[in-house]
Amino acid sequence: MSGSGTDGIVRQGGWRHRVARVVLYAILGLFCLYYLVPLVIMVSTSFKSLEEIRTGSLISLPQEIRFDAWAKAWGSACVGVRCDGLRPYMWNSVAMVIPAVFISTLLGALNGYALTKWRFRGADVIFALMLFGAFIPFQVILLPMARALGMMGLAGTIPGLILVHTIYGLAFTTLFFRNFFISVSDSIVHAAMVDGAGFFSIFFRIVLPMAIPAMVVTVIWQFTQIWNDFLFGVAFTVGDSNPVTVALNNVVNTSTGVKEYNVDMAAAIIAALPTLAVYVIAGTYFVRGLAAGAVKG
Amino acid sequence: MFQHMKILAATVAIGFATAGMARADGTVEVLHWWTSGGEAKAVGELKKAFEAQGGTWEDSPIAGGGGDAAMTALRARVVAGNPPAAVQLKGPGIQEWAEQGALNDVEDVAEAEKWDSVLPPVLASIMKYDGKYVAAPVNIHRVDWFWANPEVLAKAGITEMPTTWDEFNTMADKLKEMGITPLAHGGQPWQDATVFEDVVLGIGGADFFRKALVDLDQEALTSDTMIKSFDQLRRMRGYVDANFSGRDWNLATAMVMKGEAAFQIMGDWAKGEFLAAGKVPGKDFLCAPTPGKGFVLNSDSFTFFKVSGDDRLKGQKVLASLIMSPDFQETFNLAKGSIPARTDVPLTKFDACAIKSHEDLLAAIKNNSLVPSMAHEMAVPRSVRGEFLDVVTNFFNSDMSSEDAVKTLADAVKRAQ
Amino acid sequence: MDAQANHRTFSRTFERWLPKIVVSPLFAASLVFVYGFIAWTVYISFTKSGVMPNYTFDGLAQYDRLWGTPRWYVALWNLFVFSTLFIAISTAIGILLAILLDQRVRAEGFIRTVYLYPMALSFIVTGTVWKWILNPGLGLERLMHMAGFTDFTFDWLVNSRMAIYTVVIAGVWQSSGYAMALFLAGLRSVDDEILKAASIDGAGPVRIYSSIVLPMMRPVFLSTIIILAHLAIKSFDLVIALTGGGPGYATDMPATFMYAFAFQRSELGVAAASAVMMLMTVTAIIVPYLYSELRRTGR
Repeated sequence: MSGSGTDGIVRQGGWRHRVARVVLYAILGLFCLYYLVPLVIMVSTSFKSLEEIRTGSLISLPQEIRFDAWAKAWGSACVGVRCDGLRPYMWNSVAMVIPAVFISTLLGALNGYALTKWRFRGADVIFALMLFGAFIPFQVILLPMARALGMMGLAGTIPGLILVHTIYGLAFTTLFFRNFFISVSDSIVHAAMVDGAGFFSIFFRIVLPMAIPAMVVTVIWQFTQIWNDFLFGVAFTVGDSNPVTVALNNVVNTSTGVKEYNVDMAAAIIAALPTLAVYVIAGTYFVRGLAAGAVKG
Repeated sequence: MFQHMKILAATVAIGFATAGMARADGTVEVLHWWTSGGEAKAVGELKKAFEAQGGTWEDSPIAGGGGDAAMTALRARVVAGNPPAAVQLKGPGIQEWAEQGALNDVEDVAEAEKWDSVLPPVLASIMKYDGKYVAAPVNIHRVDWFWANPEVLAKAGITEMPTTWDEFNTMADKLKEMGITPLAHGGQPWQDATVFEDVVLGIGGADFFRKALVDLDQEALTSDTMIKSFDQLRRMRGYVDANFSGRDWNLATAMVMKGEAAFQIMGDWAKGEFLAAGKVPGKDFLCAPTPGKGFVLNSDSFTFFKVSGDDRLKGQKVLASLIMSPDFQETFNLAKGSIPARTDVPLTKFDACAIKSHEDLLAAIKNNSLVPSMAHEMAVPRSVRGEFLDVVTNFFNSDMSSEDAVKTLADAVKRAQ
Repeated sequence: MDAQANHRTFSRTFERWLPKIVVSPLFAASLVFVYGFIAWTVYISFTKSGVMPNYTFDGLAQYDRLWGTPRWYVALWNLFVFSTLFIAISTAIGILLAILLDQRVRAEGFIRTVYLYPMALSFIVTGTVWKWILNPGLGLERLMHMAGFTDFTFDWLVNSRMAIYTVVIAGVWQSSGYAMALFLAGLRSVDDEILKAASIDGAGPVRIYSSIVLPMMRPVFLSTIIILAHLAIKSFDLVIALTGGGPGYATDMPATFMYAFAFQRSELGVAAASAVMMLMTVTAIIVPYLYSELRRTGR
């Protein structure tokens, strides 16, 4: 129900309409506040000096804005004996997240498409069985997975980590696409089949372009999950191949050292920048995806 | 330069001792959770010293939760078949891994360098499995410390640090009356347990501590002394401010620093926090052992895992020798705030609290009042320690009676054994 | 001519098998990496495993220990309280915000990003911020006291009985925006014509949403609830960063319990037993739900 169809929901004009709009924006604004407050505190803390944090209130605004903490978090904070900040680890994460998201999203789309538009006996059972995989607690699969990676010769490497993320992401990517495709009318696919188009050509030419909203939701989910994953990163990579979350954790979690909250906060925001960027960029496609949806409607 | 020559000479000597390894370099991968501040600097010293003699250092830092994340990674690594050469692993944990056949010993190095004669016997026995050294200690942290703000104490007319828990209670009552929080505390299980074990030492003495918290003697665990210890802990709950729950220990230290609270009971890593804020021991803050005339020992160590290949084996031995070298022990502990594990290192460059710690350590070794810390994984297996932490923290955060606590504790310990 | 026909039948058959061929390797991977590993875990729960897996059979001893540990009951109860509230509140907020945002709101892109971003941040650090906000001595309570409302108390974080609700607050903060996105995507795929027709028939906005739009979005509910349930069951970072399981172990959850026993305490056997119990619980709840949902959408 995009752009054009909403006149029926809240009638245009009149005082009732205006009151409704005010209430609407008030509620939306209130929720914005709820979501933004922690970020504001993080940003303001990251601009403070350690001295100010130690003596002042934790949630007050900074007296003067300083960028030292940001510079330190990016380039010179010590992660173990290496004092290069988060920079080198960002690349590890990028090298891991892009293939993992791409592969798992594509496979999920293919899966969802095969399971809904080419229904075969047992398709739902297979889907249910795969979906159940989303509930396996990752803590218990660490050791057998480590063993499996060791046997494959992938222990401690980024390709190993990509494999793990792809496998355990499949349940969700399949879920997203299946649920999207099931609401797409079969007639388009049938028409293409009658025209003699095959499995893959229907998928790439017709179904995939239609699935942009689902793709956005999936990519956001997968990107977030994989980028923010700590457990797999810590267990399946070694030292210099650690993803940024492990490095962030190393910067933030000192066991018996002095806590530098400003650097912690700056580091956390830096580590989250790629995900934030994906949200903003994906957000625009979200709108475009809606346009695609309108065409089909 | 001279130091390096000495190290080099030692390495060459070992090289010959462990015949067959012609190359002078070696590789070690070190898994540790010293990732920031003074700790990272301290590890940096080790790396520098190791590389100074041509070795290759592969760093695997994993911080968090006192090494929980690192332990997770360690298991995955061992299962996958590529363990790191040295792991920051301590206490009975060393024995657990040794029983799995996962460790290498460095006995030849230890014998050549006579580790037995320079380490406190309690510590040496923790480092050994089957009579052979499988780990090397880098430092000694003392757990039973009071940290106090002298200005605040002066306000309440307190001039001497307490030497019994009764004295402490009197002081604390007075402070509380004046509206000052007597005890800065962070409500995290390990912090609760730290206070608990210091209380046990003060109430029952070193022998009782050993019986109850190290040997896990059921009689001791259910004794009146134990009930009295819990009573004291309950009393101390009243000396803590309302918002202690979940507080990090360093924030508790800051409370003492800022004069919001009078005392903190914490190991000597708290000193690092004072020093980092530019405070001077004896003037801006006081350190004194908690009651009991003992010494609760906490020590970090590197444990050597089963690696193969001449290069890696060699690296392991070089590292072991380096860790135990007096020069390294001095530089490392100056950076970390603890004292050397070797008792023969002169402490001329250390501060007053460290010197006091060293003196007390020697005295405690002499009169057998040196005890390993339960809260800091030196005394009992991690499974048993976990049960202790559960009971103590639950006691501290509820209105459980001391009698019930003792009973629950004894049962829980039995279950975990 | 014959060859060509042959070729055509072959390609027809191949086409018919293609979907299965595409799905099967992925399915096989999940059989090995999910069900194989579950089987391994079940086996480990019947062994003496401690520091490392140990394949000596030990009967039900680990389950005995598990059910003799008071902390386990706390963890189970917390999971129940937390997941019920977390799923219900996140879904409700998600629907509400999605519907509101769907009213041709100005600056929609900005607002949507604001709602979504908490998901982007690692809880390792946002947990610290929430800890400050919820801490009576540092955050909200102190702020209100400074503003003159000295009677205001908000000490849930340090109150054993209430602490689990602070985990809900932070959890909802993190995940409700994503639920909003899912619902918004769902709303956007609802056919406008249907709405126009309903509106012409004189149905009001509330009726249109409650009896036409929301029922059409069943698959979205399925995704949302599965995702939220997955987050609730695995809520680990959240608890560790916010409360560390405290006060005492008042906010312990099965995931943190399992982790603590497997990796802190070197009791793999007990951890495996708790994992098996957890999986059984999940099965008991999710399977009937999946069954009814899939039957409904089946044809």
